Amino acid sequence: MTAEANTAPTTGAPTIVLVGHGMVGQRFLEALADRGLTGAAARVVVLCEEPRPAYDRVQLTSYFAGRTPEDLSLVEADFMARHGIELRLGDPAETVDRAARTVTARSGFTVRYDQLVLATGSYPFVPPVPGKDSEGCFVYRTIEDLLAIEEYAQRLQEQRGAASGAVVGGGLLGLEAAGALQGLGLDTHVVEFAPRLMPVQVDEGGGRALRRTIEDMGVTVHTGVGGKEITAGPDGAVTGMELSDGSRIDTDLVIFSAGVRPRDQLARDCGLAVGERGGIVVDASCRTVTDPAVYAIGECALAADGRVYGLVAPGYEMAETAAAAIAAADTTGFTGADTSTKLKLLGVDVASFGDAHGTAEGCLDVVYADSRSGVYKKLVIGQDGTLLGGVLVGDAEAYGTLRPLTGTVPPISPEQLVLPAGAGAPVALGPSALPDEAVICNCHNVTKGTIRAAVTEHSCGTVPEVKKCTKAGTGCGSCVKALTTLVNDELELNGVTVETGLCGCFPHTRAELYEIVRTLRLTSYEQLLASHGRPEAKDGDGCEICKPTVGSIIASLAPTLGASGYVLDGEQAALQDTNDHFLANLQRNGSYSIVPRIPGGEITPEKLIIIGEVARDFGLYTKITGGQRIDLFGARVDQLPRIWARLVDAGFESGHAYGKALRTVKSCVGQTWCRYGVQDSVRMAIDLELRYRGLRSPHKLKSAVSGCARECAEARGKDFGVIATSNGWNLYVGGNGGADPRHADLLAQDLSDAELIRLIDRFLMFYIRTADRLERTSAWLERIEGGLDHVRDVVVHDSLGLCDELESLMAAHVSAYRDEWADTLADPERLARFVSFVNAPEAPDPSVRFVPERDQMKPDLDLLAGPTLPVRTLEGTVSR
Amino acid sequence: MTDTLALDRSLTTGTVELRTDRGWLAVCATTGLVPGRGVAVLLPDGRQAAVFLDRAGRTYAIDNRDPFTGAYVLSRGLTGSADGHPYVASPLLKQRFDLATGTCLDDPSVSIPVFETRTTPEAAAAA
Ligand code: SRM
Ligand SMILES: Cc1cc2nc3c(=O)[nH]c(=O)nc-3n(C[C@H](O)[C@H](O)[C@H](O)COP(=O)(O)OP(=O)(O)OC[C@H]3O[C@@H](n4cnc5c(N)ncnc54)[C@H](O)[C@@H]3O)c2cc1C
Ligand code: SF4
Ligand code: FES
Repeated sequence: MTAEANTAPTTGAPTIVLVGHGMVGQRFLEALADRGLTGAAARVVVLCEEPRPAYDRVQLTSYFAGRTPEDLSLVEADFMARHGIELRLGDPAETVDRAARTVTARSGFTVRYDQLVLATGSYPFVPPVPGKDSEGCFVYRTIEDLLAIEEYAQRLQEQRGAASGAVVGGGLLGLEAAGALQGLGLDTHVVEFAPRLMPVQVDEGGGRALRRTIEDMGVTVHTGVGGKEITAGPDGAVTGMELSDGSRIDTDLVIFSAGVRPRDQLARDCGLAVGERGGIVVDASCRTVTDPAVYAIGECALAADGRVYGLVAPGYEMAETAAAAIAAADTTGFTGADTSTKLKLLGVDVASFGDAHGTAEGCLDVVYADSRSGVYKKLVIGQDGTLLGGVLVGDAEAYGTLRPLTGTVPPISPEQLVLPAGAGAPVALGPSALPDEAVICNCHNVTKGTIRAAVTEHSCGTVPEVKKCTKAGTGCGSCVKALTTLVNDELELNGVTVETGLCGCFPHTRAELYEIVRTLRLTSYEQLLASHGRPEAKDGDGCEICKPTVGSIIASLAPTLGASGYVLDGEQAALQDTNDHFLANLQRNGSYSIVPRIPGGEITPEKLIIIGEVARDFGLYTKITGGQRIDLFGARVDQLPRIWARLVDAGFESGHAYGKALRTVKSCVGQTWCRYGVQDSVRMAIDLELRYRGLRSPHKLKSAVSGCARECAEARGKDFGVIATSNGWNLYVGGNGGADPRHADLLAQDLSDAELIRLIDRFLMFYIRTADRLERTSAWLERIEGGLDHVRDVVVHDSLGLCDELESLMAAHVSAYRDEWADTLADPERLARFVSFVNAPEAPDPSVRFVPERDQMKPDLDLLAGPTLPVRTLEGTVSR
Repeated sequence: MTDTLALDRSLTTGTVELRTDRGWLAVCATTGLVPGRGVAVLLPDGRQAAVFLDRAGRTYAIDNRDPFTGAYVLSRGLTGSADGHPYVASPLLKQRFDLATGTCLDDPSVSIPVFETRTTPEAAAAA
């Protein structure tokens, strides 16, 4: 937009008032801005009931996976200012006077409109069961609802350790809510009145497969029964739910997710026509049939085809339609839309599209079902071979391709479309085979042609650029995979090589190098460079990117390759980053820090005293780290062996603070002492730390074990985190602190000790095998195709048949582990490198000096700042 | 090329020397160097040098002080080559320095002193 957008509208410019700033409302504002109907051209006023601007309701549940309300926002920070739009937060419209053309908000603010647009969405329907207003009853619609649910669940858990929750309604949203409760550590129930889950989207066979998967996640499913009464205790808080078949669930929290109803009260009150079952009646241009100055869009509207749409994509189409109508532009109008969906629930793959129930006359079903693995796929095919719709449960991989093919005769036979890859099916039919008109992104109605044009005509060179340019992939996210394939294919067609090589020396990714090293059993960088390096790099010296990467790969695989497990032997020494090269962490003044391993953070007074004595005797600065151990700073290279001799003697080992390796496994005090603890978290943390110590990986690895859901060890901020349950352990993966924090995702739950360790073995080895250089598990999990689901398939369900190998790689690591510092001290040749100067092994480095601070010392940085140093030389003291 | 390589590497009993303004200084035996890695040398005048051996068996010496941080650490960096130029990357903030010229590859306005090196068959005393 131009600068004039900020100026007040000229007199005579129309006023457009929008009521409701939800997903569709925001899309309408963007559509107005795109058409130049903001700023000077029109005064736009928005009445927003919620305390925050529009956010991504579709991704609401991802709040529990660590997304903040800010992450969910749909509105760029300066959007309103840039377009001169007046947004009134927390000020809902209360009355509309259609004769005077005014709207009055709760605050008393009144505005005259030329056009009024209602985008008030829907409200969750709460069945009129007794007790529905008890404390602990919730709905699932807004960020505020989620905040309240989370707070209540936490309060329950604090008060009594464990809690349970029940969701009334087993549809799409109900299952999302159940997944969220499960994630909060509640014992979860789902109650569905229909005989199967997700009755609207899936058929009977799909419902069975879905039920199995949901039950495998630990959720208790009750179908064919309804909630009859919510019971409450004397304090008014929920205690349970009576079901229609006379049974009872003990539960502390209830979420109603029994469908939504259009929010049309405001419209009713001012005499606009509404449908028999609700919804503001509009025509094909989204104008109310009662009043040409009033429009209704999104979930509050009853569209011209007689339907109320509960999905965002049709709402977006209505937003565009209404904006076009107001701009008096030509419009195709809104006469109906696709209601395909893909469930975003953790760990469940469910999708339905088109005529999923096969209602068309004479249509045929093609069904593939494998009840062992919980996979069910059904395609509905018309008499002429047209693909009409389908249901995918347990494996929705093909959704991205199948949905856009709906309404066409697919280029290959239906059987081949549903058979799993590898079961005699031909190469999967990718999005590349689709026609240009095929809609790839349903949420934003973006076709394959538009995506290709973004690459060829608007020179977008990456997926994020294409997303920004076309909006594709920025809604529910289910099309991102197909989108990525298309963009990369298109780039390649245009001669752009999508460069994936590690560095200037190797055209391979880290994962590919790992495979090469593993299968060819290479034990040296030189061999690898000679056989697989880029031609121009073969005679060179490599670089600081590939050398440590290859060093790390060889170290991870050392026991299997028959290479030395000691990272400083022979050529390997030249590959290590400087920290690994001295088995300590380089500090800003050239000194080193020392972090002995303190497994699980547990330490005896004796050992604490030894650390104190060593620090005192060598004058080291001492600090408790954020990793539950102790860091000793300020050692010179030549002091490292002497310091470590004392530590090793006292039973300490290297803590690998210097390596891309396992750092610490933090623990909480757990069951042994804590009144809430349900498992021995300290013992488990120690076991894990000792098992994985020394394991070299693409980036550092951190872990923690908490003794109950209160999570005092912050396990969900770790690469692999373990949280105790009354039945065992929950394993979370992909957590991260740092600059881009991410909560770990639940991989599996209620595991026994042995199951837990087996899964972690597999997970870590799979990560080490496939991650990029310096890619933490969090980034890896988000990048890897199929994400968490894929990783779960591989490490839990062994979908690639890799698990035996992953386990044996870990077993080899565990049995080959040796303490690096003990090995260094035992070998004079290895010790020889720990000198400050090769020509004066006894001389300390004069540039490493300290000044006092708070009873300890810190580096003398003034000393380093000068152009040269006054130093003691070999020949005596001279000053330069 | 391969010949020199074989030749240089066969000097396993030689001594690496570095030229200071006071003459040649013995650094260490060739066996004391690992290809691709450096060592620090204390010079008679109190300055420090970093001496490297590349994969082709050539030796290089540059000032040990990282001009970006002031720390005496360049000998502990990882080496590599870019367009045929051997370099070391500072272990602190990773700027790369050309081992032959001392010029910073990431900021050509910065450069550090370089020293001449040679390998002699016998140990030579500091001049
Ligand atoms: C010593 C310590 C700070 C302290 O005084 O507490 C520390 C110190 C350093 N951290 Fe850290 N981190 C320390 C705990 C943490 C934590 C907290 C934790 O582990 O619970 C985090 C957030 C958790 C996480 O990693 O996800 C943390 C996130 C980072 C990051 C960001 C990682 C990321 O994925 O974004 C870096 C940078 C990196 O690794 O690339 C980093 C890098 C560093 C480096 C290695 C920076 C460097 O390259 O010199 C620091 C080295 C200090 C040294 O030389 O000894 N440190 N660092 C902590 C050592 C823990 C230990 O016992 O091993
Ligand atoms: C958990 C969850 C998951 C979902 N998943 C999917 C999915 O995967 N795919 C999909 O297509 N759809 C999904 N949906 C549905 C989707 O979010 C809605 O279709 C979409 O938000 C509808 O947009 P809307 O603008 O019509 O309504 P809303 O986004 O609900 O916005 C309406 C806004 O109007 C405000 N309002 C109401 N009355 C007034 C008033 N009088 N004055 C001022 N403001 C008022 C409300 O407070 C609200 O902010 C999901 C919904 C939820 C809750
Ligand atoms: S210390 Fe451990 S067991 Fe105790 S409340 Fe915290 S997480 Fe739970
Ligand atoms: S289909 Fe939802 S974002 Fe593309």
